Order: sequence, then C-alpha cells, then structure tokens
Amino acid sequence: MTITHHPSEELLLDYATGALGEAWSLAVATHLALCPVCRQTVTEMEAIGAGLMARLETEPVADDAFTDVLERIDAPLAPPAPAPAPPPVRAAGTKPLLPQPLRDYVGGDVAHLNWQRLGLGAYQKLIPTAGGSTARLLRIPAGQPVPEHGHRGLELTLVLDGAFSDQTGYYGAGDFQEADDNLQHQPHAAPDTDCICLAVTEAPLKFKDLSVRLVQPLLGI
Amino acid sequence: METCLPIQHAAPSEPTAGTPFAWPLPFQKSKRVERQRVNSVPNETADQVAMTAPETSVEALNAMLLAVAVGQDRAAFRGLFDHFAPRLKAFVRRQGTDPQMAEEVVQETMVKVWHKAGQFDPAKASAATWVFTIARNMRIDHLRKANRPEPDYNDPAFVPDAEPGAVDRISRDQEAGRLHAALTVLPEEQQAVLRLAFFEDKAHAEIAEELGIPLGTVKSRIRLAFKRVRSEIGEIR
Repeated sequence: MTITHHPSEELLLDYATGALGEAWSLAVATHLALCPVCRQTVTEMEAIGAGLMARLETEPVADDAFTDVLERIDAPLAPPAPAPAPPPVRAAGTKPLLPQPLRDYVGGDVAHLNWQRLGLGAYQKLIPTAGGSTARLLRIPAGQPVPEHGHRGLELTLVLDGAFSDQTGYYGAGDFQEADDNLQHQPHAAPDTDCICLAVTEAPLKFKDLSVRLVQPLLGI
Repeated sequence: METCLPIQHAAPSEPTAGTPFAWPLPFQKSKRVERQRVNSVPNETADQVAMTAPETSVEALNAMLLAVAVGQDRAAFRGLFDHFAPRLKAFVRRQGTDPQMAEEVVQETMVKVWHKAGQFDPAKASAATWVFTIARNMRIDHLRKANRPEPDYNDPAFVPDAEPGAVDRISRDQEAGRLHAALTVLPEEQQAVLRLAFFEDKAHAEIAEELGIPLGTVKSRIRLAFKRVRSEIGEIR
C-alpha cells in the first residue's frame, strides 16, 4: 500500500492529545492502522506530551497511595465481560479489508455489511459515534461520480478499497482527504473496483444539484 | 509561569524515590547551571544534581517497566510509582480536576500500568511516553467519558512498520533526551500552545479562542514547535 495523502499535522496532534471527537478519531485511527509513517508522527507527538508532563511541577500523592494501588492490583480482577462474538471476517486466512478499529464499529468486514442504498449504484453504512459528527462507510460504484458537493464543515475521507480522484488528486487505499468549506468537488470512483471509503462529516454536505438536495434528508447525507 | 522552571528532580526528602530525570546532554547540563546562577543558587548544588541525575535514567525507567512486564517485579513498580505518580497527579490536576479525583485517576493509571506492562515495547516508545498515553486515555475515559478508537497491532489488516534497524532501536532513549532539550529551548509562546493542547486536550480552535489569537497563529506556532522538536530528534535517526 503506497499512501501519498496523509492527515494534516493538526488532525494528528488533536488525535495525540485526545481532543478529537469519536467519529474523527475513528478516521484517524483507521488511517494509522494502515500508515506506519503517521503512527511514527503520533508517537513523536505523544513523546512531546510526555516531555511536557515531565516538566510540570510535581504534586505529591497521598501517603498511602502506593499501598492502595498494590491492594487494587492484588484484588481479583472482575471477570471480564463475555467477549462479543468476533465479527465475521472475509474468510479464514485472508486479510480483512477493513482494519480495526473500523471493523468493530461497522460490525464486520465489507462483505457482511447491511448496506443502505443511496441510489445511482452507491451505498452507505452509517456508523454510530458520539458527538455531532457523522461517520459512514460509502461504496461508490467503479467509474461512477459522487454528486458534486461542497461542505458546510470539514469532511474526512479515508479510502479503504478502490480509489477516487477529484481536482485535488488521486486517492487510493489508505489515502486520507481533508476537505473544508472551500472545496467544491466531484470525486469519481476509479474504474475496475468499487470505491469503499470511510467518510466523516462535520455537517451535512451541500450538494450542488437541486434534485439531490431534495432527497438529501431522506438519504441522511 | 511555573512551567518555565528548570527541570524537576527527586525531592531530597525521598531517598527511596525512583530514578531522577535524565538530562543526558552536556548542553542541557550547562543550560541548567546557567539558570541556577541567575537564581543565585550555589553552583555546587547544580553540579551535584547534574551529577546525580544519571544518564541511564530513561533506560532505567524502561528497565523497570520491563521488569514489571516480565517478572511482575514490585520493587521496580515502586520505582515507577515514585517517579510517575507525582507527575501524573500534576498532569491530571491541570485539567482542573479536584485533588481527590486526581488521586483516583493517578491510582487507576498506575494499576493500568501494572496490568498492561506486557504491552510496552521500548522499540516503539519510551516508558515515559507509554505511561503518558495511558494517562491520556484514562483522562478521556474517566473524565470525559468518551471513546477513543485506536488501531489494533494484532489485527491481520494492520500494516506493520518496516523492521527497524539496530540504530532505530537504540536511538529511542537518546531521543527522549533530545526531546527534553528541544522543549527547554522552545519559545514560551510555542510551549504555551502545546501545554493547552496536551494538558487540557484543547483542539486547535479552542486554543485560539482561549488565547484570543487567530486559528492560523495557533497552527503556525504548533507547526513551528513541532518542526523544531522533530529536527532535534531527527538528528539521531
């Protein structure tokens, strides 16, 4: 996998500090699963956090704190909650297409999802997350356009299979696009393979075409 | 501002305290002496501190954490606790957490350090960085009650790092020393922005609001700070 488009440093830092909301963190974490380069960057940022922590004036803890901690360690662990059955992956021995943590969030690998039809051959799968943003998996048929749209906020797109391109470039598996209010774009899925991507939006997209705008509330995008 | 103070070291009243902080670079040492002079503290003290701060400190913390991981070594754990607990408490208190709650978060973090020690990999991060990430997650979990999705290193779809060479492996500890040096010389305005980001988990936009400066300024300060720190670390790669 050759990744050429990475999340911005701002986004990685917000992830490293813990400031990022769940849906955005999901997109960053899924990219990190695919991208050793960005993982290295995040580790360096975390090292900065640790370095800043080391420079704080220390605050003494309670006298019996260590004893308390030992007691907790020695206490029998609560029996772990029964693990949910692992979501089915593609087939034994083959690599799932969706990396963790995304696979758990959507409840399995691509082949097992209950896709919701969006029209024009496109499908989506909404992903429940806390906070105001929306995360969804999108499947755009090979060679087809996504309706031209602008943004009322930030949109993150992480390609997981296939590819798309718009006027800003070509995005293959693992590539990450951050689009803001200024970008009015019409992504096209590359030929041959359906493009599957994780999209996180801060606000509903603004579609240019009136007919799409009319059905937008029904589609939930 | 208190965070401009020179480095922390083990309080004299705690002879059993864990390893004092490492400042392995001669550069760092001279910086410290200089500061002490300014504050008219006798130079002997500075030299003594510099001398008693062994260069192996970062390695010692790593070794202690590995001893906990491999042998459930309680003496090593005590060393980790003495070193990290007062720092973790300061870190958690920076969120405006009351002392009792902070104490609770510190204890839970240390319990987690004990139980998760087996996952520590010194080739990936130093002990200090690893403990920091546990504290950060604890804060998100405990104080903000939110989820923080993370990649899973054991997932078959996970794309592993290229096998690190021997140079990379031994450079982690040096990296920590370089990092501290780089943070010390970072301009205060850049440090202030980083502190808001890491201590109060403020996103860029919130930092801009808090400091009353444009978002672009926040971004550029962070970018500059980060570039500077990375170039310091990068020299040993």
